[in-house]
Amino acid sequence: MMRRSPLKTLGLYALVAAIVVFSVFPFYYAILSSFRSGSELFTVTYWPSSFDPSNYISVFAEQPFARNILNSVAVASVVVGLSLFLGVTAAYALARVSFRGRGVLLFTILSVSMFPQVAVLSGMFELIRLLGIYNSLPGLVLSNLILTLPFTVWVLTTFMRELPKELEEAAVVDGASSWVIVRHVFLPLMWPALVTTGLLAFIAAWNEFLFALTFTLSNDMRTVPVAIALITGASQHELPWGNIMAASVIVTVPLVVLVLIFQRKIVSGLTAGAVKG
Amino acid sequence: MAEVILRQVRKSFGRVETIHGVDLHIRDREFVVFVGPSGCGKSTLLRLIAGLEDITVGALEIDGEDVTDKTPKERGIAMVFQSYALYPHMTVYENMAFGLKLSKTDKHDIDAKVRAAADTLELGELLDRLPKQLSGGQRQRVAIGRAIVRNPKVFLFDEPLSNLDASLRVQMRIEIAKLHERMNATMVYVTHDQVEAMTLADKIVVLSAGRVEQVGAPLDLYHHPQNLFVAGFIGSPQMNFISCEVLETSPEGATLALPGGGHVLAAVNVTALATGDRVTLGVRPEHLFHAGADTDQAISGTVEVVEELGESHFLYVRLADGTLLTARAGGDAPQSIDSTVRIGLKGGDCHVFGADGKAMPRLA
Repeated sequence: MMRRSPLKTLGLYALVAAIVVFSVFPFYYAILSSFRSGSELFTVTYWPSSFDPSNYISVFAEQPFARNILNSVAVASVVVGLSLFLGVTAAYALARVSFRGRGVLLFTILSVSMFPQVAVLSGMFELIRLLGIYNSLPGLVLSNLILTLPFTVWVLTTFMRELPKELEEAAVVDGASSWVIVRHVFLPLMWPALVTTGLLAFIAAWNEFLFALTFTLSNDMRTVPVAIALITGASQHELPWGNIMAASVIVTVPLVVLVLIFQRKIVSGLTAGAVKG
Repeated sequence: MAEVILRQVRKSFGRVETIHGVDLHIRDREFVVFVGPSGCGKSTLLRLIAGLEDITVGALEIDGEDVTDKTPKERGIAMVFQSYALYPHMTVYENMAFGLKLSKTDKHDIDAKVRAAADTLELGELLDRLPKQLSGGQRQRVAIGRAIVRNPKVFLFDEPLSNLDASLRVQMRIEIAKLHERMNATMVYVTHDQVEAMTLADKIVVLSAGRVEQVGAPLDLYHHPQNLFVAGFIGSPQMNFISCEVLETSPEGATLALPGGGHVLAAVNVTALATGDRVTLGVRPEHLFHAGADTDQAISGTVEVVEELGESHFLYVRLADGTLLTARAGGDAPQSIDSTVRIGLKGGDCHVFGADGKAMPRLA
């Protein structure tokens, strides 16, 4: 390999540093602010100056924030579970069973993911009211599925297409039903894809704001993004930045941890099938 | 163990018919090989027997039972795929046990059967390995093991050796032959490799464009091909075809004019021939020899290419009418390129094909 000149190396690292600062700084500043209180919040410093956990305590004390986190975990988990289950079964049909209108169906599913959320908001509201699940977690699960299902189905369909046909045929000769093929032959081979799509679905459901805002009424049913946005201070004129920052840090940490745990799987999932292995 | 009978089996994909009415009777415990050029439908025919494709028209019978509309499992078949198709996430043991587990076989029974199959195939040491930790030959043995444990009525092999290297292929070929002897099972085997077909088969089925061209024992096909296609397909290098005119017919055969002056008395039944007919003379490279000046049952030509194989040599000889003749003889080649040679042939080795490609029955 050619040796790079020191100047080029320096340039590369400068660029990397710029990207890292750009993407990490907001979160870093949020952590910094969350540990400050009072008027200290409004002075600009870039280094930790004090360590005051009072914001973290008051977030839980002043509103049902623990309940909100539980809501988010429940909604996001159920959404991931349902998306993966429906995604895998739909992917089997779309990738392995040839039927009339398969291509049209696939593109319909894709086009659903192109609708802006606002466009489906009123229709979704009617549906949720009809089903009587307004201001409840099932309502949020249902509405979030419209965001997660299209890409789950697409990614899993693409992945399942790559699995060799002989594998399925061997299982058929062994006497396996479609369900057994999916459950015992395909699923174990699809872990990377499941983890990737599952994580993306989790993030989507965890961060979802508009549906959660529209379809909930009481504090107890809110998920964290809405709860954070609606945190109010002691008086009308006070915006409790400290609490908001503490709450943001609390809800971001689980995502970061999840991504770190599964990052190797994600990479192999995103590139799986790119090259025949 | 079982007979397999195909009755006027046809297969269409959409509007395109790829199998055009195949009748076939595979006897109990027979080893039948389907051969043919790529795209001739041999794999499709095997998949029809397996039940992986639906038969469009016709009937299939296994062990006296009509199984046309049955699933692969109900047909009692086992199949070995070219790409092995082992389940990558299961160990060798689990791979072999999968089918039995699905049919809810007793655990001890499964264990006994898997271990017996593993012993047969010398896989005992490898039972806990994953497929990716095995060599190609071992993977193929596992695939065969997976077929054995289910104790099927019919084994189906779809080009099982074509992913292996040459030496391993010879070894596995012998193992499959031994397996057939031991299992006493009906086996149907698809290959494009002539050597596999000739060595393994009790009966070869030559297919071309979705039709059966000829069915017969390996040597039967070699010595008595019924038409030009089978004559050209069986045997390597390919049989030479020379366009000739019939000079005379007699009970001993037909006298044919050879390009460049000579003539030969081909020992075939001449009832369908008349003097003056244009026919195709077929003679295998290994039946040609260097002729002396004393005989006129010979063809003259110019040597274009010489291939030395050590134990034998090939001469590619350009004849007077432009045909390229391949001759094979033992030892080193005495001729050099561009020299003129006389190639002799015997009437008893000749095949004669009419204008429609059908062979005249040979007298010998």
